[in-house]
Amino acid sequence: MDFSLSDEQRQLQDSVGRFVRDRYPFEQWRKITDTPEGFAGENWRQMAELGWLGVSLPEEAGGLGGSPVDTMVILEGLGRGLVAEPYLSTVVLGGGFLVLGGTPEMRERELPKLAAGDLKLAFAHAETQSRFSLEDVVTSAKAAGGGYVLNGRKIVVYDAPAADKLIVSARTGGAGREREGISLFLIDRDAPGVHLRAYRTLDRRRAADVTLEKVAVDAGALIGVRDQALPLIEQVVDHAIAALAAESVGAMQLLTETTTEYLKTRKQFGQPIGNFQALQHRMVDILIATEQARSMSYMVTMKLDRPARERSRAAAAAKVQIGQSGRFVGQQAIQLHGGMGMSDELNVGHFAKRLMMIDMLYGNADHHRQRFIALE
Amino acid sequence: MDLSFSAEDLAFRGEVQAFITDNLPAEIRRRVQKGEHLSKEDQVAWQLILNQRGWAAPGWPKKYGGTGWTVTQRYIFDEETAGVCPPLTPFGLSMVGPVIYTFGNPEQKAHYLPRILKAQDWWCQGYSEPGSGSDLASLKTKAVADGDHYIVDGHKIWTTQAHEADMIFCLVRTDASVKQQEGISFLLIDMKTPGITVRPIITIDEGHSINEVFLDNVRVPKKNLIGQEGKGWTYAKFLLGHERTGIAQVAHSKKRLARLKAIARAELVEGGPLIADTTFRDKLAQVEIELMALEYTNLRILSESAKGKPPGPEASILKIRGSEIGQRLTEMAVESLGYYAAPYEGGRDGSNQPIGPDYAAGLMPAFLYGRAFTIYGGSNEIQRNVIAKMVLGL
Ligand SMILES: Cc1cc2nc3c(=O)[nH]c(=O)nc-3n(C[C@H](O)[C@H](O)[C@H](O)COP(=O)(O)OP(=O)(O)OC[C@H]3O[C@@H](n4cnc5c(N)ncnc54)[C@H](O)[C@@H]3O)c2cc1C
Repeated sequence: MDFSLSDEQRQLQDSVGRFVRDRYPFEQWRKITDTPEGFAGENWRQMAELGWLGVSLPEEAGGLGGSPVDTMVILEGLGRGLVAEPYLSTVVLGGGFLVLGGTPEMRERELPKLAAGDLKLAFAHAETQSRFSLEDVVTSAKAAGGGYVLNGRKIVVYDAPAADKLIVSARTGGAGREREGISLFLIDRDAPGVHLRAYRTLDRRRAADVTLEKVAVDAGALIGVRDQALPLIEQVVDHAIAALAAESVGAMQLLTETTTEYLKTRKQFGQPIGNFQALQHRMVDILIATEQARSMSYMVTMKLDRPARERSRAAAAAKVQIGQSGRFVGQQAIQLHGGMGMSDELNVGHFAKRLMMIDMLYGNADHHRQRFIALE
Repeated sequence: MDLSFSAEDLAFRGEVQAFITDNLPAEIRRRVQKGEHLSKEDQVAWQLILNQRGWAAPGWPKKYGGTGWTVTQRYIFDEETAGVCPPLTPFGLSMVGPVIYTFGNPEQKAHYLPRILKAQDWWCQGYSEPGSGSDLASLKTKAVADGDHYIVDGHKIWTTQAHEADMIFCLVRTDASVKQQEGISFLLIDMKTPGITVRPIITIDEGHSINEVFLDNVRVPKKNLIGQEGKGWTYAKFLLGHERTGIAQVAHSKKRLARLKAIARAELVEGGPLIADTTFRDKLAQVEIELMALEYTNLRILSESAKGKPPGPEASILKIRGSEIGQRLTEMAVESLGYYAAPYEGGRDGSNQPIGPDYAAGLMPAFLYGRAFTIYGGSNEIQRNVIAKMVLGL
């Protein structure tokens, strides 16, 4: 049993720390997220140069062949800066689908581009009726002329506006919430029939509702096995959950430090408010919530290569913990800052909002508690 | 002990309902129901309609233009209007008004009270300062006598509606040589006086309701002093203790609960309505039960005060539970939206068409702004300190 990082991983950690300090001071974050794209192309190129975009990709595809722990180290570091570049969508989700389900030809074509920063991806899955159920897919893909024609509507697709390609789930068989019959397709974001309604999100990222109207793709666009994509989706989403867990730990750690510092410096009644025991205890609860989340982040990361059931149960448990911890830490950080905490000018509220969105993405604590029970 | 309303109370409820049906403009009603931002104009319009009927100031005695209602009638009025009519803005009607009719001189009463009722003066509250929030008595804004004026210098912060206000009631220090609480005075200041600058503060919901107010060499006539110099702290505490019927926000929370249930009937989970989901149903029942406990605590305290017992520090219970339940309900509302909690183009004005379902409008801003329920008006930590000390004697 060993929870320590290797030397290389510590170097990676330092390098991410430097990136965030140099490129993501809070005022810089505000500027970046105010641009129409909502992130900085220059930062993306820098991430490519540092090898982070290929960290989880196999070496023959231009990647570093790293482990889930490497991804965790990166995401935890990025979480401290609310880093807005589409890392999760492109590398963890997009890269995950291509590595685990892409055809050899697709991998050869796309992965080097991804590692080089020339391909951005977004995962278009949730629908109006689905809430967080991964198997609830209505969007259809009908076989036609050797390929498929897709029709349907996907909602709140994070990072779709900047994506070059979308990974879209659709039914090639079955109906409603059947586990069988779901397939995945790689399609050009500006293919005829793909319409985006783009918007900003609470955490100042960019997302879109995506309508697919008679979108024609050829058979080579299929990712994974036809009708059998659900296990692949579950696997890659579990990877995304682990990444979100790591990111949330970085964000919670930042709020813990910031709020502790505030309690030491803010004075009321002639003394630092950190002298008041009510606040000391609250601050301890914030610390505990953060540490519990960190433990679960490590746990799920190390279980990503376990058999599906064990992996999913770990992901569900971790998602419950980070969701609850994140909400608590975010809300209490605001509370302990008093009026300051309500100000948009302060970073605290923005971290709290990202933590809220992390709880929601790929299923909130309520959803994953049920999933955890079902996997018993 | 008896839980039922009297025949007169029931008749009164009917009267209020009929009045709303006949007089609330449809467009305002629509905006309130949709949870859209209400402008000052909307609020003023409704206040004037109420004032025509003599209902603008439910808490005031009749001789000052109030309703003279019993606490039960006020409770019924709150229940019928919350979430249907624009809320009455508190700074004039519930805060400075009662201070003026209790401690003001005849000229002040004659001048200000009718102007408050007719919304001719829109008020804001200048208490908090950058260095003085929870520890309000340490405030530094100073007022120095100069002939028949005071010269006021200082910096107020978090001042709600200062950018729309005609008048501000301020706590200022007139004597720095005595015990903190004894050197504070209560001053009414015209916002148009030279030397006043208002700077907006944008809150985490991306809306603009609060401000910084800078007072630089501001000349205020001495006739604008309420009561005696050095007694401002007493008046301020009176003001905080005065408005007890509304503090629990029961009527508002009931409306939020009803809205939440309507959303949960429309949202789907696992192919069925969210409201039928066991997890969600449990949480919904829990908050409804907590709200019920709060409602009856509120009614107990109200019926005591109807018998003449002045509201005591136990009213802090109402503030604590009322704010926590309010926050819980606003949080559950955004949770119920699933993925559609995410789109957020900002602003409380609701002018943007919601990306998701119509009922999503305004829910996230309400949640975000609602984080302040436990901060303003004496934070919940301070309220707990009050109960520990004043009720438990700890
Ligand atoms: C949306 C909004 C609107 C407002 N509107 C107005 C207005 O119109 N007019 C006005 O005058 N003010 C207004 N306020 C100010 C509000 O009253 C203050 O924010 C509040 O009193 C807290 O003061 P503070 O912000 O300085 O926080 P601080 O007093 O610095 O408190 C910071 C934290 O420390 C805690 N704390 C402080 N002392 C103790 C203690 N002894 N024991 C335990 N915990 C403690 C607090 O509870 C809080 O969590 C508004 C505030 C907000 C957020």
